[in-house]
Amino acid sequence: MAIAAQPQMPRVWRAETKPHKFCPGCGHGIVLKALGEAIDALDIQERTVFGCDIGCSLLSWDFFNLDTVQTHHGRTTPVLVGIKRARPELVVVSYMGDGGAYAIGAQHLVSSASRNDLVTIIVVNNTVYAMTGGQMAPTTLPGQKTETTPYGRDARLTGRPILGPELVAAIAPPGAYVARGSIANIVQLKNFIQKGLQNQLEGRGIAFIEALSSCPTNWHTNAAATWRFVEKEMTAYFPVGELRIPAEKPSGRFQEVPPYGS
Amino acid sequence: MATRPVTGEQRAFMTGNEVVAWAALAAGADIMYGYPITPQNEIMHYWTRMAPKYERGFLQTEDEIAAGFATVGGVLAGKRAFTATAGPGNVLMQEAMAMAEMMRLPTVVVVTQRGGPSTATVIYSQQELNLTCFGGNGEGLRIVYSPASHDELFLYTIKAFNSAWKYRFPTFVLGDGYQSKMREPVTIFDPEARGITMEPCRPMVGLPGEKRDPAHLRNTYNLEDELYEVLTAAIKEYEAISPRVVEWDTYAVDDADLLIIAHGVVSRAARAAVVSLREGGFKAGYFRPVTLRPFPEETLRSLAARARNLLVVESAYGQLKRLVQVSLYGLETPVTGYLRPGMGITPEEIVEFIHAKELI
Ligand SMILES: Cc1ncc(C[n+]2csc(CCOP(=O)(O)OP(=O)(O)O)c2C)c(N)n1
Ligand code: SF4
Repeated sequence: MAIAAQPQMPRVWRAETKPHKFCPGCGHGIVLKALGEAIDALDIQERTVFGCDIGCSLLSWDFFNLDTVQTHHGRTTPVLVGIKRARPELVVVSYMGDGGAYAIGAQHLVSSASRNDLVTIIVVNNTVYAMTGGQMAPTTLPGQKTETTPYGRDARLTGRPILGPELVAAIAPPGAYVARGSIANIVQLKNFIQKGLQNQLEGRGIAFIEALSSCPTNWHTNAAATWRFVEKEMTAYFPVGELRIPAEKPSGRFQEVPPYGS
Repeated sequence: MATRPVTGEQRAFMTGNEVVAWAALAAGADIMYGYPITPQNEIMHYWTRMAPKYERGFLQTEDEIAAGFATVGGVLAGKRAFTATAGPGNVLMQEAMAMAEMMRLPTVVVVTQRGGPSTATVIYSQQELNLTCFGGNGEGLRIVYSPASHDELFLYTIKAFNSAWKYRFPTFVLGDGYQSKMREPVTIFDPEARGITMEPCRPMVGLPGEKRDPAHLRNTYNLEDELYEVLTAAIKEYEAISPRVVEWDTYAVDDADLLIIAHGVVSRAARAAVVSLREGGFKAGYFRPVTLRPFPEETLRSLAARARNLLVVESAYGQLKRLVQVSLYGLETPVTGYLRPGMGITPEEIVEFIHAKELI
């Protein structure tokens, strides 16, 4: 009997630390696989520095055969900006959850976007604070139940979910690449991430990719309900696609200014 | 492009902030990450004026949290990176310095203390001693220099980079607003001209072309045992290097009945008070910890054991006094404090206080 071939894993995959530490059904592994494939495709393993946040993303601290720095909640981007400014020849990837990006680290995201920092930021949007046990996140959907919104998120009390890519797209100068992908379409997601890395390599500007992702543990969902939530409910609020591409012409008040270190 | 900002030795007359900027240049600092706060602003101002001439970098970040973490990034990338801050900025920066402490990152921070608590004043203060020595969720595995003059500000800024990279603990130069803004004569120098070799810097990440295992650096641990092991090793190393790092200064201590203890710019008033007491025939001496972390406790203990009275003078409500008392635990010599939080202190006041309290 023929043995089914193992799915191909990225070259940067660190076999010693697999199986990985995320829960079964977690989207983080899929996003990281897409990132690994993109790094392979561009052949930039040697000069890539991967930074991860606090939150479930920290479980990727030894995920890849890549130089990795695990830092504090919300502070991954400034650490990588610090590296990039000191060593522009390196490729830096800032990897975090929606809490790290849009709540505690929001000021860093806004400032990096407006500076057009040459970093590639990947935000895993799972609509909850996962590692701390499923509290409301900046991306929790209206009506969604979490540990701190036990009757469902009431937007009148807590505001509406933050649209991260739309925010970055609105403030980043020309040259920025901004997209939202989903673990439901891994080919497209990998493509977005690869374009985001390419944007940094070519010195055009910031790259920001949000990935819609799953957290069955904190959603308390089975496989079918997990996918339904990602594909239907999340996508209805968070549209998937490219929001900014570097080729677009500068418009309005924005002037074409090459990013620092390009 | 000029590469040597200072050649040989040069006399100058400048502010403390200017001294720090020149020292960082002379030390070969590669990049500064900063966020404006008085009274350290001119460190950034002078740095941003001079840095491009010597191919050094600068980034003004969005806040001190980012400045601290970007400094961490610069250090990870193998650069002599530094930042400067004060007061509430020092509070925000403690988050990054806790990470630097855990990961043994040679960050350098120049703190120009301002009055606290909260936003307070921007002039005199020694109220950031606790924060700088022990701030953050850690054990205070740091090196903290407290210079008293512009000559020392220059020297210890250079030394901070060397101690940081040599011993791999976050290193601070703890000045204050008064030092920052006052002008006095200073000798600036090229470290090489004084036989000082700058410690080499090496990247911890990003070494394309080098055959090695990838670095997986973290400051989160899953198990208590794992964390305990890492920390115990760091503590052991901190204790081992401490005798090589501690520094202090004394004056007229050999037969002193009264030992006045002070640090930083306030120690100049303490020293002047000793001079005037000696002129009056009183046996006073002075002791100044130059490193607040590690604290020169052995030397202080032996001097304190011989004295009849100890007086701690500081522009804070007992932050130094507590360090002194902890160091002297078990000794009978009484410790009095002349504690003036956020105030300047003159030699006359100290002498008057000593007579009023009959300490000599
Ligand atoms: C300063 C600080 N505040 C709070 C925490 C606790 N904390 C750890 S993970 C986390 C939430 C992370 O959520 P998110 O960024 O969305 O990532 P996820 O776990 O969902 O991947 C919080 C609040 C912390 N580590 N540091
Ligand atoms: S808690 Fe959620 S986000 Fe975290 S590893 Fe588990 S499934 Fe993934």
